Amino acid sequence: MKKNKRYSIFSLLRNARNYHENWAEAWRSPEPKPSYDAIIVGGGGHGLATAYYLAKEHGITNVALVEKGPIGLGNTGRNTTVIRSNYLWDESAAIYELSLKLFEGLSQDLNFNVMLSQRGLISIGHNQHDMREIRRRVNAIRLNGIDSEMLSMAELRELVPILNLSPNSRYPVIGGSIQRRGGIARHDAVAWGYARAADDRGVDILQHTEVTGFRIQGGRVEGVETNRGFIAAPKIGVAVAGHSSVLAEKAGFRLPIESHPLQALVSEPLKPIFHTVIMSATVHVYLNQSDRGELVMGAGIDAFNSYAQRGSPMILEDMLAAAVELFPIFSRVKMMRQWGGIVDICPDASPIIGKTPVAGLYFNCGWGTGGFKSIPGSGFVFAHTIAQGEPHEIAAPFALDRFTSGALIDEHGAAGVAH
Amino acid sequence: MLHIECPYCGPRDEIEFSCGGEAHIARPSEPEALSDAEWADYLFMRANPKGALAERWCHGLGCRRWFNVERDTVSHEILRTYKMGEPRGGGSGGAGA
Repeated sequence: MKKNKRYSIFSLLRNARNYHENWAEAWRSPEPKPSYDAIIVGGGGHGLATAYYLAKEHGITNVALVEKGPIGLGNTGRNTTVIRSNYLWDESAAIYELSLKLFEGLSQDLNFNVMLSQRGLISIGHNQHDMREIRRRVNAIRLNGIDSEMLSMAELRELVPILNLSPNSRYPVIGGSIQRRGGIARHDAVAWGYARAADDRGVDILQHTEVTGFRIQGGRVEGVETNRGFIAAPKIGVAVAGHSSVLAEKAGFRLPIESHPLQALVSEPLKPIFHTVIMSATVHVYLNQSDRGELVMGAGIDAFNSYAQRGSPMILEDMLAAAVELFPIFSRVKMMRQWGGIVDICPDASPIIGKTPVAGLYFNCGWGTGGFKSIPGSGFVFAHTIAQGEPHEIAAPFALDRFTSGALIDEHGAAGVAH
Repeated sequence: MLHIECPYCGPRDEIEFSCGGEAHIARPSEPEALSDAEWADYLFMRANPKGALAERWCHGLGCRRWFNVERDTVSHEILRTYKMGEPRGGGSGGAGA
């Protein structure tokens, strides 16, 4: 096993001499130890970021991250890679802005290029109600110190010349807003970067290790049962998105979560033509052009519960109709791939971060349709919550007990998307 | 698209229906007697099984009546449809309250 060397222009040149055949593995594949100081369940972005910040910020390096498949192949590898922090409520603004700030320094922090591209994220409005709502949100977001501006039709036309601004379109565009710091990042790189950096600090990443149950004694968790045997730890953090309810049931409590399929698709690669991100709540589509030139589009969720990682064609049809209406120039573009991910949706469309009825067991779930952008912030506050045993102040409003107290954070329609 | 057998109209395409979520959740007869935790369980906590689930659907573009469906959440296979008020068969749902 070679040491996980620092990536730089020099390592690139050194490896070029060997035809790139001698790169060290980015992370180890160790055998599980019988016990750890903490276990993170779920090898998506949230779990990997949590493991990394446990090691980096809290000095807890005797950590196992268990993942039933390979890392980063769930929702982390299935989203449309959009990053933004333009949320309405103060609690949401705090956590998504923390996340965006961490994203801004992430490539340097992880020594892994996550290809963050702050190309600007535009929300468009199609009627007077949309515009009032967009204006209200822009003002709320600015009061939280986060960048956000209204866009006139002339500015929209200049920023996105290919956008159909005709007053004769089915749902005419009449204005919009932009968060210029919003944009996209390479989703796989976020998972790989966190995995490599966490491994570098001593975290054991255990792939193909499925949690089959929790060992709980006297209301306190003692470890996890897995297909590779029992692994003990006094603290366990669970970040498994769509399967959160399944694991909560194994631990003996219920969550206010429903799992739904959310679909996305990509086109054949095109030359650069579209350099921002556009989202519309009313006609429900969000799209951007990846660095490889593919158009990346996201649809809405299916209304029914599902664990199938595929959605209904009629949902795609609605989304494609909207995309073609907004961008007639794309009407003949061929779509290459389409897929679904299972998103965990809370009644108030906000996440759950923190303690559970089982002592020592922490859950981080309910990110629903907005999980990718929140990975760094979510991992940061969840690591703090696990390390200290008490919620980070930014995570505190997102505790599970808000459903008992009634202090919900209603982000349905969060920052302009209708799910 | 699912092919759903409405108990009143027969088999129709999913696009005629809307899904109303978990079935068999009974409103507590004495809400004022519940603790906050019990009320939260009734209001927010949901069965979200990986497997059979009993859920409500409405035939909005047909007879406009509500009925219940037992459906597998992994294969999407519809195991059974039945009228409101008929006894449930298998499937998670309505475990709380």
